[in-house]
Amino acid sequence: MAAAGGARLLSAASAVLGDPAGRWLHHAGSRAGASGLLRSRGPGRSAEASRPLSVLAGARSSSEDKVTVHFINCDGETLTTKGKVGDSLLDVVVENNLDIDGFGACEGTLTCSTCHLIFEDHIYEKLDAITDEENHMLDLAYGLTDHMPETVADARQSTDVGKTS
Amino acid sequence: MASRCWRWWGWSAWPRTRLPPAGSTPSFRHHFSTQEKTPQICVVGSGPAGFYTAQHLLKHPQAHVDIYEKQPVPFGLVRFGVAPDHPEVKNVINTFTQTAHSGRCAFWGNVEVGRDVTVPELREAYHAVVLSYGAEDHRALEIPGEELPGVCSARAFVGWYNGLPENQELEPDLSCDTAVILGQGNVALDVARILLTPPEHLEALLLCQRTDITKAALGVLRQSRVKTVWLVGRRGPLQVAFTIKELREMIQLPGARPILDPVDFLGLQDKIKEVPRPRKRLTELLLRTATEKPGLEEAARQASASRAWGLRFFRSPQQVLPSPDGRRAAGVRLAVTRLEGVDEATRAVPTGDMEDLPCGLVLSSIGYKSRPVDPSVPFDSKLGVIPNVEGRVMDVPGLYCSGWVKRGPTGVIATTMTDSFLTGQMLLQDLKAGLLPSGPRPGYAAIQALLSSRGVRPVSFSEWEKLDAEEVARGQGTGKPREKLVDPQEMLRLLGH
Repeated sequence: MAAAGGARLLSAASAVLGDPAGRWLHHAGSRAGASGLLRSRGPGRSAEASRPLSVLAGARSSSEDKVTVHFINCDGETLTTKGKVGDSLLDVVVENNLDIDGFGACEGTLTCSTCHLIFEDHIYEKLDAITDEENHMLDLAYGLTDHMPETVADARQSTDVGKTS
Repeated sequence: MASRCWRWWGWSAWPRTRLPPAGSTPSFRHHFSTQEKTPQICVVGSGPAGFYTAQHLLKHPQAHVDIYEKQPVPFGLVRFGVAPDHPEVKNVINTFTQTAHSGRCAFWGNVEVGRDVTVPELREAYHAVVLSYGAEDHRALEIPGEELPGVCSARAFVGWYNGLPENQELEPDLSCDTAVILGQGNVALDVARILLTPPEHLEALLLCQRTDITKAALGVLRQSRVKTVWLVGRRGPLQVAFTIKELREMIQLPGARPILDPVDFLGLQDKIKEVPRPRKRLTELLLRTATEKPGLEEAARQASASRAWGLRFFRSPQQVLPSPDGRRAAGVRLAVTRLEGVDEATRAVPTGDMEDLPCGLVLSSIGYKSRPVDPSVPFDSKLGVIPNVEGRVMDVPGLYCSGWVKRGPTGVIATTMTDSFLTGQMLLQDLKAGLLPSGPRPGYAAIQALLSSRGVRPVSFSEWEKLDAEEVARGQGTGKPREKLVDPQEMLRLLGH
């Protein structure tokens, strides 16, 4: 996807993923190169694997209101599947039986910290106010960060699937 | 690879367990090489550590994993430790059930490793053994009076209300008005919360959802006269071991008000500026609760509260004081302490002053402890863990450990999950590198023979599911998610053992 077009599609897709604010994971990779400021959010209604993952959604027009979702894990492997509008990322992983471990221990009830999301600032700002319950769980989260750690990079920068946001 | 195995293991090759039917050489070769490529792995313990380790090991396309458990039922502390009013934390059971349903995974309950079968026997039958049996003991107070009636470990109290068979005879006496819990971790808060929650709330979490607290415990708690619970810690507010969600729950407990001394919190506002986020948020909440005047609504709620809980800091228990007739606990003698050292090294040092705290119930909640399982397995009794490097037991190739028995008894389920995945990773790495014994191993076939000869009848996962169905059925009558079976003999009878 070309950068500019990618950006438009990506933000449209993130809206379509089931949350008006566009909850979407942007965090991943074990390749070098920091990618700017990102902030953590608790699992809330959208949950994701606790291992570094990157999610990109290409919005394909579909009569079933489905969106293609790419999960890029820290080994660089891409898992591609479809999610229904209104689903959370946890739903997408579970319903499609993706081979991602170690997430969703509490099955989306905000009682564990195995899923948490790291967003870019401008997306983070669009989310609803963080709740106490999310913050409590984030306190226990593995890999909690205020900003993207130096050692972890934006996988999108090192793959061809979408360039900048 | 073979020569390395010989040096390490010094065992004569395990006899081939199956001979090919005559004339079937090609299939024999296929059969033999399939067997060789089926790593047989055994996991001891079926709590989060056991199941998460198994889950990870099953990523190997052929590995077969057997999980042994000494209780007739699986899931360890998820079943016996998590508080009955925290049902969502138990959702992990669904993940574990999925793992157990794998065609390459088997659960064998009612088998106590160390008694019914030894670790050396397991190591002979399997390519690798993972010890994930957790911490079933509690740390003792080691003070005079500890043996008096009215003193028990928080662990036993939790086991009692959660249906752990060995704690069903506990008979805690809740006829006193004050209970003292020594320790300030999440277990201490759980016990305080269960003691102070109005029984009708324990019975019904939400309008139509009840908890799985045992019927017997609920009955005792309904008769309880305990009105005040103190949680006593040797150090200060910055060293509390509980976490914020549980603290918040306590502060909002219906019918109970918090008692915190603002003096304990002087100067803390400055100290927390630089501490990590979780500690900062926790301390801020404590500080607010201790020093801020409550709003009108909260003030009214507190004024009408009939029960209370409080945190006492800088107090180290020296003795449990007996009643005048010497027959029960009547109080705790506490040494007043002050802090020395900084950060992780902060220690409580006695000042010389003493204080007596009257009470009728003393619960020690100062940590769990693992036990050594087998003389052949190294054990560090000081730290209470199996000496290991990244889950590989020191000096014992092919033996691994995960969870609390590996790292010590702290951390939530998610912590144990990460840790178990790491041990699993190390094991699979060693397998790939040819560091585990080569050649087929009999796995459960050999162990089953041993157990049978010893009169031990293991409980399979599908048998557990029958017990599970029975518990759910029994709960339905009273609107509970389940009524736990608490007698192992009854469980085995129900299975026709």
